[in-house]
Amino acid sequence: MHNFEFVKPGTVAEAAAALTGEEAQALGGGQTLLPTMKQRLAAPETLVSLNGIAEMKGVCSNDAGEICVGGGTPHAVVSRETASSYPALSKLAGMIGDPAVRNRGTIGGSLANNDPAACYPAGVLGSGATIVTNTREIAADDYFQGMFTTALEEGEILTEVRFPVPEKADWQKFLQPASRFSLVGVFVAKFADGVRVAVTGASEDGVFRWSEAEAALSADFSAGAIAGLSVPADGMISDLHGTGAYRASLVKTLTSRAVSGA
Amino acid sequence: MPKDGGIGASSKRREDVRFLTGRGRYTDDINLNNQTYAWFLRSEVAHGTINAIDTSAAEAMDGVVKVFTARDFEGVGGVPCGWQVTDRFGNPMKEPKHPVLAEGKVRHVGDPIAVVVAESEAQARDAAEAIAVDITELPAVMDMKAALADGATKVHDDLDDNLCYDWGFVEENREAVDAAIAEAAHVTTLELTNNRLVANPMEPRVAVGDFNPGTEDYTLYTTSQNPHVIRLLMGAFVLGIPEHKLRVIAPDVGGGFGSKIYHYAEEAFVTFASAQVRRPVKWTSTRSEAFISDAHGRDHVTKIELAMDADHNFTALRCDTYANMGAYLSTFAPSIPTWLHGTLLAGNYRTPLIYTNVKAVFTTTTPVDAYRGAGRPEATFQLERVIDKAARELGVDPAELRRKNFIKPEEFPYQTPVAVVYDTGNYHATLDKGLEMAGVDTFEARCAESAANGKLRGLGIAHFIEACGIAPSNLVGQLGARAGLYESATVRVNATGSISVMTGSHSHGQGHETAFPQVVAEMLGIDEGMVEVVHGDTANTPMGMGTYGSRSIAVGGSAMVRATEKIINKAKKIAAHLLEASEADIELADGQFSVAGTDKSVAWGDVTLAAYVPHNYPLEDIEPGLEETAFYDPSNFTYPSGAYICEVEVDPDTGKVEVLGFTAADDFGNVINPMIVEGQVHGGVAQGIGQALLENCAYDENGQLLSGSYMDYTMPRADDLPMFEVDHSCITPCTHNPLGVKGCGEAGAIGSPPAVVNAVIDALHRGGHTHVTHIDMPLTPSRVWAAINGQ
Amino acid sequence: MTSVTITVNGQSRSGDVEGRTLLSTFLRDQLTLTGTHVGCDTSQCGACVVHVDGEAVKACSVLAADVDGAEITTIEGMANADGSLGVIQQAFQDHHGLQCGFCTPGMVMSAAALLKENPKPTEAEVRHYLEGNICRCTGYHNIVKAIMAASGQDVAPPMAAE
Repeated sequence: MHNFEFVKPGTVAEAAAALTGEEAQALGGGQTLLPTMKQRLAAPETLVSLNGIAEMKGVCSNDAGEICVGGGTPHAVVSRETASSYPALSKLAGMIGDPAVRNRGTIGGSLANNDPAACYPAGVLGSGATIVTNTREIAADDYFQGMFTTALEEGEILTEVRFPVPEKADWQKFLQPASRFSLVGVFVAKFADGVRVAVTGASEDGVFRWSEAEAALSADFSAGAIAGLSVPADGMISDLHGTGAYRASLVKTLTSRAVSGA
Repeated sequence: MPKDGGIGASSKRREDVRFLTGRGRYTDDINLNNQTYAWFLRSEVAHGTINAIDTSAAEAMDGVVKVFTARDFEGVGGVPCGWQVTDRFGNPMKEPKHPVLAEGKVRHVGDPIAVVVAESEAQARDAAEAIAVDITELPAVMDMKAALADGATKVHDDLDDNLCYDWGFVEENREAVDAAIAEAAHVTTLELTNNRLVANPMEPRVAVGDFNPGTEDYTLYTTSQNPHVIRLLMGAFVLGIPEHKLRVIAPDVGGGFGSKIYHYAEEAFVTFASAQVRRPVKWTSTRSEAFISDAHGRDHVTKIELAMDADHNFTALRCDTYANMGAYLSTFAPSIPTWLHGTLLAGNYRTPLIYTNVKAVFTTTTPVDAYRGAGRPEATFQLERVIDKAARELGVDPAELRRKNFIKPEEFPYQTPVAVVYDTGNYHATLDKGLEMAGVDTFEARCAESAANGKLRGLGIAHFIEACGIAPSNLVGQLGARAGLYESATVRVNATGSISVMTGSHSHGQGHETAFPQVVAEMLGIDEGMVEVVHGDTANTPMGMGTYGSRSIAVGGSAMVRATEKIINKAKKIAAHLLEASEADIELADGQFSVAGTDKSVAWGDVTLAAYVPHNYPLEDIEPGLEETAFYDPSNFTYPSGAYICEVEVDPDTGKVEVLGFTAADDFGNVINPMIVEGQVHGGVAQGIGQALLENCAYDENGQLLSGSYMDYTMPRADDLPMFEVDHSCITPCTHNPLGVKGCGEAGAIGSPPAVVNAVIDALHRGGHTHVTHIDMPLTPSRVWAAINGQ
Repeated sequence: MTSVTITVNGQSRSGDVEGRTLLSTFLRDQLTLTGTHVGCDTSQCGACVVHVDGEAVKACSVLAADVDGAEITTIEGMANADGSLGVIQQAFQDHHGLQCGFCTPGMVMSAAALLKENPKPTEAEVRHYLEGNICRCTGYHNIVKAIMAASGQDVAPPMAAE
């Protein structure tokens, strides 16, 4: 790693102030950022740890019945705390990385990075969650803007994610066997007003909603409802671990399994 | 009853205590006073001409002690190759120079260009980024067949082409094999690749060079499987340091699997540089660096043809292989696709005519050398796959086709048509044992269960032979080895009767510190705890060849037995003197020397004390002291064999293969420590399943490594694997070493890949996907799905 | 440089670190607790797992400065007070759950975290929990057995001689 100045503020306000500096970057759990910095692919001059901000940690629910997850909450805590209130989200959080990574990695860090194969973007987009920052609220549909790109402004801090709780949901993750990220991951959530299907790992544009499946499943929430659909291989990631055609096939298979599993 | 000590006991490993408490001493745990740190600037392109290297900015940076380039190595030798293969026309292989630091050209991603030595590793790395290298990129040379075409870009400009050698074996059989194949009732043909792998011991390589300006002695601490070989190669061929001024220490080493056999440029660098900067120099590889600088394994492209008569007897075998050498010849690279591969092509079978042609090719990739099994997995894979394909084509049971062609138990010793003589074996016994353990009689019922869940179940069989020990020296010398392949041991009995065994073998996970004392304790009838193994330091062990090729107990153990026999002979002389009896009447049992037929005896400790306090001692006949050395050079290889059976379930929707069961029924000859032997098989099988399903060292067409970290190179993890069923009760002891042992380190990695692939093909056929006759390893979900769907 | 004070295996330890100093580097180089190993640079292999405030964490992916004030347990702190092997360590020796020993510290630390959270795990749960710990020697068979045994469940002893 290149060297940097390390600061660890205790409040969101202090962190926001620290992030106004030149080449300053926020550090969540560091489970992606630190390996990236070790490869010298990122070189901030100041690293602002968000791990000392108590107000950004923990899971609660609000008056609207949403589950509110602090941006600095590790995956293991999310998995544990949502086990009964939102089992599909708990399942997703409980399958990220490995136990040690889940103890350290945070939801805010994952969403701010928006890796095209990360799990949380599918859960957030599939739930139609709201991203809360130190300055505003952003709908999930507006937040994800392509791989490694989000609506966050420079220095903006993701402080909370609010998940509406669906009637039924499931998460199906097919492992990229080496990294244990999603080769393809599908989050299906059935709400009173319709079904959302979010797919990660597959598209060159990052997480996306499979709208044809959503329409079919909103009319008939059964695996059979999407039997006639297919996902085009165009625009799908093709790499060592799978061709675009393979990923497209997995999207349908996993969506079907998620509907059955919901 | 289980034994509680000695040969055949599952003694708990004494080395575990330090490893379990964080008190191991691995090379990276060693920090010397006033130490500096090296960081290698490596090529980011696969092939290019170096026009200029500007180190001035780096030299001016904080903490930089010195920056090295090839200019500093003028007059220093290249990294040598330890095996010369002669081609089928009688010419020596092409052997390009492998400089410590790139001279004029870079030839693979990771080829070292310059090194910064600085006060800290971070400072060295910071400064390396400031080195300006002007490189004109040249086309990468990747595909082996294309590399041999006329006009192909040359990896080495001073060679005629990219062909290292064109080897034929047995060359005299070439035409007879062609004729037999032309006349055969049935010929099964298979084209396949044996995927390139990265050994990936969990401990990355580390080297610390320490020049002592006072004595002008050098010490190298390194992560090596064979410190004496490193001392010889580096001292004599690279740096010109005589052995008595160079000490090589390989302390606790965190796994090797072949990749730590070789002498690497980094070792030579830190040794050389420590004299230049007059301070210790330490280099610690990152894992990313390991992927591009540790020698890789396998990487063969093969066409194999098996000819049979109308009764399904094998009549001939022909194999054409392209073997990737990478950019330079690593220490033992030329021997792997030739003598460790061609000589194993008879397998367990009575095939009378065999011919293999191997073209070894230079490419702009990391050098390729031995990886667990080394040549033998490649031979076994192609043979056991083509037999399975033949059985399917002929509509016969694959186990029956094997049995029909097995060498029969009464036919040993068996002279194969590929030079080697198998001393013992009973392949029918191991196959029967394996099939019984795997529960093949109830397999159909399990198939039905899987089918009910929408899954395809399959069963795969493979039977293997391997050749371990790699000996005798005079034979391997004729085959091109530039080293002897004996092993050594010094047994030093101390005055109070405790024993230090100094062995040339090296333990980096194999448990020598526990298993070797079991042998000595058994021979002397004393407690294992009185025997300690010393290894890994050229200053206090006799010249030895180290540990690889499943050779430690068969060769190193035999040397230890021979030295211990000398000890017993001398101790009996001393005992005879003390007991005032004839030496011929002295018997040794349970640590007591006694006079046959009497109740007169003297204890082990009294004899050893007499040897060092020789007041009452036959000084006129024998010298004081009790220390003996033996060098053991075996008369033949050893030939472990076994039946491996794999049961898989394939998800046809995703192509994912799950290994549900894996059975290994091995014949290792006699076994010293069953617990350790089983552990070796487990680890080997895991690596074989890794090769078959998960691991793939892949480059793109520009020579960039696509699987350059654990993010893309799939290491087998706990949830990828089942519990293994392992047996070694089928025993045909080796006839030519004193322990009757054969070796067990590589078996798992050799026998398992074809069993896994055969099982997957079986599953697909049972599921109706009969168009799939082969899938190249690794059988990733994507590849299996594509095969099912005809893509 | 930042001053860091942590409690390691019950003892308070301090040192000055750069911003970029990893916890694994701090433990190994400055505190000479070399039992924590570094086997990769992408946070995959798990050889460096230690406990930070009671939870398993990869020490190579945490900054030393970020755990200032934390309670840390490393492999050096896992033995019994009298120096004998702890239950998990002893089970690893009894069931041959290690060969070269390099991944072992991380395996033991992960096993301890698992058994704290799930005192009687099934074989499948053990295998799943170990997905962040890579071993190249054992094929995991005996590691899984060792952890099952350490949890007090019946496990066949290692193969005895016939």
